[in-house]
Amino acid sequence: MTGWLLFAAAAILLTLGGAFWRVWQGPGEADRMMAAQLVGTGGVGVAMLLAPVISWHALDVAIVLALLAAFAAVGFVKASSPDGAGDPEEAEPSEGEEGQ
Amino acid sequence: MSAIALPDVLTIVLTGLGLLFFLAGTVGLLRFPDTFSRLHALTKADNVGLGLVALGVALQAETWGQLARIALVWVLALVAAGLVAQLVARAALVDRRLRG
Amino acid sequence: MTVLFDLVLCALMLLAALAAIGGRGLFRATVFFVAYGITVALAWVRLGAIDVALAEAAIGAGLTGLLLLGAVARLRRAGAPEFPVRAGLVPALAAAGVAGATGWVALRVPGAGGLWTEAGEALPLSGVENPVTAVLLNFRAWDTLLESIVLLAALLAVWALAREEEWEAPVGPPLHARPGGVLEGMARLLPPVGIVVGVFLVWAGASQPGGAFQGGTVLAAVGLIAALAGLVALPRPDSGSWRTALAAGPAVFLLVGASGLALGGLLLFPPDWAKAMILTVEVFLTLSIAATLALLVLGPPQPRRMP
Repeated sequence: MTGWLLFAAAAILLTLGGAFWRVWQGPGEADRMMAAQLVGTGGVGVAMLLAPVISWHALDVAIVLALLAAFAAVGFVKASSPDGAGDPEEAEPSEGEEGQ
Repeated sequence: MSAIALPDVLTIVLTGLGLLFFLAGTVGLLRFPDTFSRLHALTKADNVGLGLVALGVALQAETWGQLARIALVWVLALVAAGLVAQLVARAALVDRRLRG
Repeated sequence: MTVLFDLVLCALMLLAALAAIGGRGLFRATVFFVAYGITVALAWVRLGAIDVALAEAAIGAGLTGLLLLGAVARLRRAGAPEFPVRAGLVPALAAAGVAGATGWVALRVPGAGGLWTEAGEALPLSGVENPVTAVLLNFRAWDTLLESIVLLAALLAVWALAREEEWEAPVGPPLHARPGGVLEGMARLLPPVGIVVGVFLVWAGASQPGGAFQGGTVLAAVGLIAALAGLVALPRPDSGSWRTALAAGPAVFLLVGASGLALGGLLLFPPDWAKAMILTVEVFLTLSIAATLALLVLGPPQPRRMP
């Protein structure tokens, strides 16, 4: 079981490599930020998979990561608002709804 | 072939499925053409993946405290990722420069 | 399988570090720094150092990202040029030299087990069951006391950046969010959970991984999210109750340490009393660490412009 759990953890880490590529490549800052969010979720998964192998206290690390992984993204959306202290929901969408 | 206990088999199946979802989320993050599609791919796939990994690890848990922690991790990750995806998408909608 | 996992983790950690210092653009560098914090926290988990992993997860992946992304945005609004983030040759050589020297020393330290045995033998005298807490708050209490004062000094340095006329204003920018919106919902949902987690980490720190620093950081973070959504009024630097909260930790630590003088020496905790003394220090230290970190992230007082 230990072998499988470590393999699964390594596999999740490998998928995070893809997220790293997206952080590097962008193109938008929203893309980079959400890719970092995926690294956070993957990190939570890896911490959980390590719990039976290393120490069950790793679950506490998973809790802290899950609780705080969203913080950078919240800082990002606040900082991106016009005065740097607001909230994207306060503003009207700019120029069209198209994605690209 | 030596017999593997049923919980272990289930752990392997569930975490294996979870891996596939992580992989799908990363492929979506890498391959989808625009910021909003990428956001969508990521938040759905990686949270189902994390849920399956959590279920798989939960089958290895030895105490109720560990089970409660695993449940808390998943709920926190779901809530935080959902809210953050909404905020980042909104920020990207409001401000074109954050998109690709 | 352990080797495979270790190799992948080390590769990711190095990639994140190199991308954070090697690329162009402050924003990308900052996002990579957050990702780096997450991989480092996982590395500490892998090494079994759960106490350190908790601190790294809370600080590296949580608070630092918030602080640095805010700084990047502020630089941009101020019209600062997006200078290339590229390490110069001299700093790079100096950093490589320090890293090399540290590695060389670490490999030459006799007794690869570290101080594990010594700490384990003295553990029954320390009043707590978690060896890390025993070292931090008993055997090496001096370090921790001075660190708690350093944290306070850092906040004073940040506040010193404020101009005279700004001193009357609340700390940080005037934060607001759409009432009833997603951000506000998040700020109502996460703090109750975070307070339970933070208090648990402090309480559990006596017998298992956790402690004042980890718990205090989680408390600071959830307090910050309430502040970011504009749900709590930000204090002024001259607020008496906040100043008490900031100073309580180091002050109680000093008092408890000085009371050790009657029992044997400064910061000496006799085994029978150690548990009560350490818990008292930890409770107040948590309060001060939470308040100090939150105020550090918010920054110096800023005057509110009338609309």
